[in-house]
This record gives sequence, C-alpha cells and structure tokens, in this order.
Amino acid sequence: MRTFFVQTMREVRGIFYTPVAYVVMALLLALLGYTFQAVVSYLNKSPSDVTVLQVTFGNGLFFFIFAITTSLITMRTFSEEFRMGTIEMLTTAPVKEWQIVLAKFFGTVIFYAVALSPTLIFFAIFTYISNGHPAAKGPGAFYSAYLMLLLIAMLFIAIGNLASSLVKDQVNAAVLSISVKIIYLWVPMMLEELLNVTDPRVRKAAEFVSPIMHMRDFSSGIVDSRRLVWYLSLTAFFLILTHHIFHSRKLKS
Amino acid sequence: MIRVQQLTKKYGSITAVKGISFEVAKGEIVGFLGPNGAGKSTTMKMLTGFLPPTTGRVSILGFDVFDQSLEARRHLGYLPENTPLYPEMKVGEYLRYRAALKGVPGSKLTERVGDVLELCQVKDREKQLIGSLSKGYRQRVGLADALVHDPALLILDEPTIGLDPNQIRTVRELIKNLAEKRTVLISTHILPEVEMMCSRVIVIHRGEIRATDTAENLRKNHRAVGELILEAKAGPDAAEALRAIPSVKDVTSVQDGEWTTFTLRLDAKAEPGAEVMRIATERKWEVREIHQKRAMLEDVFAELTTADH
Repeated sequence: MRTFFVQTMREVRGIFYTPVAYVVMALLLALLGYTFQAVVSYLNKSPSDVTVLQVTFGNGLFFFIFAITTSLITMRTFSEEFRMGTIEMLTTAPVKEWQIVLAKFFGTVIFYAVALSPTLIFFAIFTYISNGHPAAKGPGAFYSAYLMLLLIAMLFIAIGNLASSLVKDQVNAAVLSISVKIIYLWVPMMLEELLNVTDPRVRKAAEFVSPIMHMRDFSSGIVDSRRLVWYLSLTAFFLILTHHIFHSRKLKS
Repeated sequence: MIRVQQLTKKYGSITAVKGISFEVAKGEIVGFLGPNGAGKSTTMKMLTGFLPPTTGRVSILGFDVFDQSLEARRHLGYLPENTPLYPEMKVGEYLRYRAALKGVPGSKLTERVGDVLELCQVKDREKQLIGSLSKGYRQRVGLADALVHDPALLILDEPTIGLDPNQIRTVRELIKNLAEKRTVLISTHILPEVEMMCSRVIVIHRGEIRATDTAENLRKNHRAVGELILEAKAGPDAAEALRAIPSVKDVTSVQDGEWTTFTLRLDAKAEPGAEVMRIATERKWEVREIHQKRAMLEDVFAELTTADH
C-alpha cells in the first residue's frame, strides 16, 4: 500500500512538473469561468427551470475541452517512461505492475480533482451575490454533479492511459485518445440533436452512453446507479486492458 | 548469491543468449565482459527480472527472480545502461522517492538518502535538477539510487560508459569501495576496468560464455596471439626468413632509414626469441631491439570473442 501511495505521489508530481499541466488548468478554469458567466447572464435575462450548475457542466463545449485536456495530461504517462528508459528503473524496484498502472491512473485523477476544485468558488460567489438564490436544486445536486464529473474524468483518464500504453509516441497517444473520446461524445449527441431521431430505442441507447445527458441528470440531483456501474466498469475494463498492454510491451522492450 | 541456470533468450528467430549458466558467490566482484551485442545487457535485464527468459532460471539469494520477484528485487540494486532518470526531479527528491518506493521505512529515509548522497559524492548537487547534471553526476546519482535501499547485490550495466577519464576514475573508486560489503556484477567492454576491479571475469560472446576465471589466470592460460618486435639492420629477404619460423604466423615490417622494425605475430604460447636471434646472428643482422609483448587481457579477449572462434 505504501509503495502504491509513494508511486501515486510521484505521478502527481510528475504531472505538476510539466508545463502542460498549468495550461490545462488555466484552460479549464477560463472556459468554465466563461460558461458560468454566460449562463448566469442568460438566466438573468430569461429565468427558467434549469439551474446554473446544470448548464455550466452539462454543455457540449465543456466535454470536448475535457476530452482534449485529459488526453494531454495522460499522453505521456506510459510512452514517456518507455522512451526515456525509466521504465527499467521503475519495474526493477519492488513494485507490482498493477501498482504502477493504478498509481498512474490515480495520480491523474488527483490532478483533475485539484484542477477542478476552484470551480466550487464560482458557485460560492454566485450564492453570495444572488442573496442566497440557489445555484442548484439543493446541496445534494452539487455532490452528484461533482461525482459525475469525477466518474467521467476517471473514464477519460483510463482511455488516455490506455492510449499512452499502446502508442510509442506521446503525440500519437494524444491523438488516439482524443479521437476515441470525441467519437464517444459525438455519436449520441448527433443522434439526439442533429439527426432528430425519434425512434425511442435509439434515444434510449443514446441516453445510456451519453456523458452529457448523464451530467444533466446528475447535476439536477438525480443519482442513477446504472450510470455509476457504467462508468466504473468501463474504467475498470480500460485499466485492466492497460495493465495487459503494459505487461506485454515491457516484455518486448 | 546469484545462480543462473541454462538461461536462454530468443527474440523471434534471433537467440541473444544461448543457455548460459553461472554462479556468483557472496562478496565477489564479477566482471561480465563481452563486445557490444554479445548479450550482456539482455542477460542483466533477465537477472533483474525486467525481461523474462525464454527458458532457464535465475535466483538471487535463493529467491527465484520470476516466481518470487518482489523478494528478489528487494535485495537487488540495479543500474541500467545509460542511467535512465527523471530529468524534472531534483537529486535529493528523486532519491527520497526511490528509497520510499524500495521500502526504506519513513524514519530512516533521511538517513539513508544522506548516506548515499555522501557515499556517491553527490551531496553538493542535492538540490539540483537531474536534467541539468553532467554525465558523471548522473551516473553517480544512478549508483546512489541502486544503493539507497542497501541491497546485498549490485548489478551495474556499463557503469562507466560515456564518462571522461576523471569521471571514470571516480566511479571506479566508488564501485571498489562499495564492493567491500556487497556482491557486485558489472558488465563492461572496457578491459582495464575488469583488471582493476573484478575478482573474476565471465567472458560472453554471441550469447555464450567463452571463459570464466580470474583476469590473471585468463592471461596466463591464454597466451593468446602474442607479438614479437625486432628492430634490426637486415637484408631485403629478412621478412621471408622470419616467416619461415614455424611458430610465426605473419610478419610485417616498417622501414626507417637503415633500420627495419619487424612485428611477428605468434601462435599461442610460442616463444621464438632464441630462434630469431639465431637467424639474426647467422645472417649478421645488427639488432637494436628485440622483445616479446606480454599477452594482455585484451589479446585474450580478442581471441575469445573474434568471429572465427
């Protein structure tokens, strides 16, 4: 357990040592800040049922930026170790391979927790200046919205890690990971909005996989356990796959 | 300490290591000697558990490197070729991380890291980024890393490669000092290194062990292709006459005014000095110098690792 913890902290540091980490943090906050401001001024002019929280996180733009930034952060996790040869130092220390895979995963998750936590300030400010007007449907909606954010981040990070373990070059890893995530985001959106599909089965399927729709549910306080299972099992699946690929790639190096 | 049995590594159709077996006893400093591409690094990677062998077994302190991998790795300090390190970390920070990763308890962390910083003479660079270190310092940081959990066995893959002569001397001294309490296996293709540091040599070529002995014995037993140098005022047919001596393989000559320097390549263990002198006297050559070169480990190495063997 200590080994795992030590390695996780090394991964967190490794991320914070790269300039791209600060670019990502700034980008995320600037974008979310801008959306937040736009949402507030829009709702000010034409009040509606949707809350500030729902629209801030539940929009397509945020998800695309999220897909891209998670890929930028994860692209170097494995490919860099192989390129530099540090993989040899790492795997000849008394560490198990799954500890390395999980440490790299949770290291990035911790980075995202840090990068996204300042957004809480947005809602605190909103509550302060709006004389207690709620930014969400009750405090529970905050928990569930941030829970969904965490779940989606975990899935995206797991996909990014897998890409980094598969591909030699980190740029290719980023491209691969971004493509996969964009397709994953795009297909249900296209079905829902662009094609105006009315077939209820297609809509149901889109609802089942679309992170944007999930976020809309969760940010209004609806915690659907099917979504938990969906994200956790997909994340676990990608992590197991990463472990296998990491193992076989190590044998070939 | 190390026991290697019938170790083989195949990469597709290429066999990098062909069923080698050897043992290293506690307290030995063993040199693993071979030309580039002989299978040294592959063997070392298998010893450390980084690469699995195609067939064969390796055990370290009785722990099988693959079945009891973690236990084996706890007793092992490894310095890979080219010393891969994280350039974005500071020296002290990196060593603390490595020590913790290798299971040095938190209460002893500062002490152990301080010890290896001192021992490897990198104390003055503790706060420097690894990426900005010179090659010699990097190498010493790599050694400090290998030592930080106080392992009983050190495996060093070409620890002096790419260093300048001063740095090489420092690193060699360091390894010598370390060896007092530890077992060390060093791979190298630099011969003086082996003669200076190692109590025993394993010569590997094309994935096979060609010899294993002390450097001294290797030299004695393989009076390899020796050379005899003769400087004389001799006639034009002198080279022919020298070539006629049965133990002489080849003669080359360099003319310098009246004097000619002949270099005679000899069979193993041949000592044709007397014969050469007899011919010289017979033909009334004026001899300025004659001497037979003592076989160097280099010659032994060349003999053991050239293609036709």
